[in-house]
Amino acid sequence: MAFLKKFFPFLLFALVLSAIQVIATCTETEYYLTQLTMAAWYSLPVLGLCLVMGYAGQISLGHAAFFAVGGYAAGVVTTTSLIPVQTNSLVSLLGKAGLLVSRTNLYGLPLLHLTPWIGLLFAIGTSLLLSILIGVPALKLKGHYLAMATMGFGIIIYRILLGTSFFGAADGLSDIPAFRILPVLSVSSDFSARVTNYYLAFACVLILLILFSNLLHSRMGRALKAIHNNEEAASASGINTARDKLIVFVISALCATLGGFFLTHYTGSIGPSEASIMKSVRYVAIVAAGGMASLWGTLILGLILNFLSLRGVFGSYDDAVFGAILVMIMLFAPEGLFNIGKLKSLFRKTHGPA
Amino acid sequence: MTTEQLLQYLLSGITIGSIYAITAIGYNIIYNATGIINFAQGEFLMIGAMTAISLSAFMPLPLAIVCAIVITALVGALIEIIFIRPMKKPSVLQMIIVTIGLSILLREAALHIWDEKVRALPFFTGSEVSSLSLFGAHVSPQVIWVLAISALMVVLLNLFFKYSLTGKSIRACSADRASAKLCGIPVQRMITLSFMLSAAIGAVGGCILSPITQTQYDCGTSLAIKGFATAVLGGLGNSTAAVTAGLLLGLLETFSIIVLPLAYKDAVSIALLLIILFVRPSGLFGNADTGRLKEF
Repeated sequence: MAFLKKFFPFLLFALVLSAIQVIATCTETEYYLTQLTMAAWYSLPVLGLCLVMGYAGQISLGHAAFFAVGGYAAGVVTTTSLIPVQTNSLVSLLGKAGLLVSRTNLYGLPLLHLTPWIGLLFAIGTSLLLSILIGVPALKLKGHYLAMATMGFGIIIYRILLGTSFFGAADGLSDIPAFRILPVLSVSSDFSARVTNYYLAFACVLILLILFSNLLHSRMGRALKAIHNNEEAASASGINTARDKLIVFVISALCATLGGFFLTHYTGSIGPSEASIMKSVRYVAIVAAGGMASLWGTLILGLILNFLSLRGVFGSYDDAVFGAILVMIMLFAPEGLFNIGKLKSLFRKTHGPA
Repeated sequence: MTTEQLLQYLLSGITIGSIYAITAIGYNIIYNATGIINFAQGEFLMIGAMTAISLSAFMPLPLAIVCAIVITALVGALIEIIFIRPMKKPSVLQMIIVTIGLSILLREAALHIWDEKVRALPFFTGSEVSSLSLFGAHVSPQVIWVLAISALMVVLLNLFFKYSLTGKSIRACSADRASAKLCGIPVQRMITLSFMLSAAIGAVGGCILSPITQTQYDCGTSLAIKGFATAVLGGLGNSTAAVTAGLLLGLLETFSIIVLPLAYKDAVSIALLLIILFVRPSGLFGNADTGRLKEF
């Protein structure tokens, strides 16, 4: 029963998700599933940021950069043609190893490129490297300085993507093929694969959520909470604060990268705006509104807000909505929208024994 | 490179550097009074310039600029009264998030008031083609305006904070808020005033810069981060050092164009910001020990 109790929220969430799919299919509104799938991939960076901000108490205004790293890794690997260097011994070796894919591009021209699996490795590698490179010095900083340092990192990545023709400059990369994970399972925007992709994306989200909640109930999670409350005290009790902060930062960067990687294969294109500061701020807004240290709050708000934003509900006020969320949450509900803990304690005070 | 070219780069570096210095001073004033880094500082420049551009259609340019400065100062005051004041004992994270949110709201409001077109104030004297010859280098007369007005502003601010009673009161609030209150200084009003002052300085910077670099609703962000880089480079809170730091950053950025593509210009100054933050967070001219005492 303890097992059931622990996994009850996950089961409930899975049930709601399948109910949504069934309703969408029955009412022939399956196009909603596309935006929900995208919102699911977008919730990966948000969940990662929730660990960093809510649990470890460190702000990051550069998470969109990690998201873009994943997307651009997917794009570069699968759109850079290797035909000019086909005779190169390394390239032919890769071909023999079955790591090359040939297809025709949008204009019907033949294209030879690496498999998306290499892209995945490339994305993870780059993200690891960047997050350690920026995390080691940045996490020594606090408050405003940490915010500006991560924001500066985000702007640098954005500027490089925007200014380099190899990355498609302002147009970004398009014509990115589907990612075939198994013969029957591929990340693509094909109408026939819509339902499969919906479940695939949410399966990833659920797995991540389970891993995270395990992490938070481990020694590591308690260490993070201690760091959040008082870093000096945590350090005095024998917690390696620098190492733990870095680990959680790298984990969250990897989540963002994976989200970017899969979303790019799903939609088939990526642009520099994915790395913009506004995107990073948007992730921060979602975590803040979700109640900072609340994985479920963050996930649910992230799904709702991203879904509405992708449906175009906010129109030209899209960014303004997220700005308003930031200001309003901080002024009126700094504990987040779903502050169940506070509600519970109120309830206890008025109705139960103290 | 010829001497004329060198001089040309030097002048354009100093011009952009003085704008960074002005932005940095704007940060410092609010930081000193409240301990808040106002992420919306860049938006003050944009609002000042945009308002002046709109007003210049109805009135002579000097009057339009003065009105724009007053309006921006009022915006600054409103921001403090509506958004900053109600926060009781805000955490650093809260302050960061609120000012970031405000910067987005101001930018989006500007987008809906003015649309996304690039605009510019007319040149104060002459036009975009007129130029002065200075030791063989050709400079727009606007550059002289920028340099003169920024220098004047720095001097006036220094005098204001050193000798006027109001300036001294603001400094007292930053030194020790409780003691300032006990001495009968209206702390709350001084904080509002520091926001107004900071917004007004931003508006001046936006107006003098607009003829050269033009203004768009989202031009505040990159100015904001470079202004912050300047403020940190000089040591947060130190406005005199900010001038030196601003000129340094402006020159570095301008000369980076020689070796790197223009598109990476912003990346260069931000990379410098990161290096300074990582190596010497108290700033080039700051004292490492006092830097550690501050609450970041």
